[in-house]
Amino acid sequence: MHNIIVQDDDVFRALADASRRELLDRLHKTNGQTLNELCEGLGMTRQAVAKHLGILQRGNLVATRRQGRSKLHYINPVPINEIAERWIGKFEQPRLRALAELKRMLEGEDYE
Amino acid sequence: MSNAASSRFVYVTFIRTTPEQLWTALTSADFIVKYWFGMHVQSVWAPGASWQLLFPDGRIADSGEVVEFDPPKRLVLKWRNEWKAEFKAEGFSRCTFELEPMEGAVKLSVIHAMDRAESKFIEAVSGGWPRILSNLKSLLETGEIALK
Repeated sequence: MHNIIVQDDDVFRALADASRRELLDRLHKTNGQTLNELCEGLGMTRQAVAKHLGILQRGNLVATRRQGRSKLHYINPVPINEIAERWIGKFEQPRLRALAELKRMLEGEDYE
Repeated sequence: MSNAASSRFVYVTFIRTTPEQLWTALTSADFIVKYWFGMHVQSVWAPGASWQLLFPDGRIADSGEVVEFDPPKRLVLKWRNEWKAEFKAEGFSRCTFELEPMEGAVKLSVIHAMDRAESKFIEAVSGGWPRILSNLKSLLETGEIALK
């Protein structure tokens, strides 16, 4: 039985497959696609794509919304951000932010 | 494409809290400033009320209107950027917060959309939402934020 909360293992399992990463790339390029649209030009059966999307949803990397009769798939970057903050937050983020702020100051643009 | 005339991002996070606590976190200025990188929100939170997001120095970053206010389930805001001409020219976006109680947690979905293809504003905020939501989750679950 699955816990309702997404576990780290589910996120990493979902990412540990080139086909699933390609599906995420396609959603990153064009967000909100139907299953049919995602199948176009992929060398995979519709069933295989649907199965991969299920694993991506289990890892909360893909969210779906109904629009009329179609189900649209959206990339959800929140779990990836959490992974990043888990390890780089302590050391890298303040430095990266300081650099970003310096860049903003030099370019004369606040709050990009 | 099925969404050619609009730009829409969907963000989902599961937070170990109650819908009531999460609702408070989304609509209380004192709480928002803690996880929204120092931004202040001003609104009386009722349908039709105005809504403003202010930079820490008091300048208006974004403004709009509360469209739906249905605690602790659904909040919809009309939302327009006010500080960058390129974004402001795109007009109003729509931001929907949906809270669904689950076993020991709440599923929070944030849908930020605009009725125009390839909105620069929706694209710009797509970098911010994951960080804000990670902070919110961390604050509610541990009492501390991940990033300041």
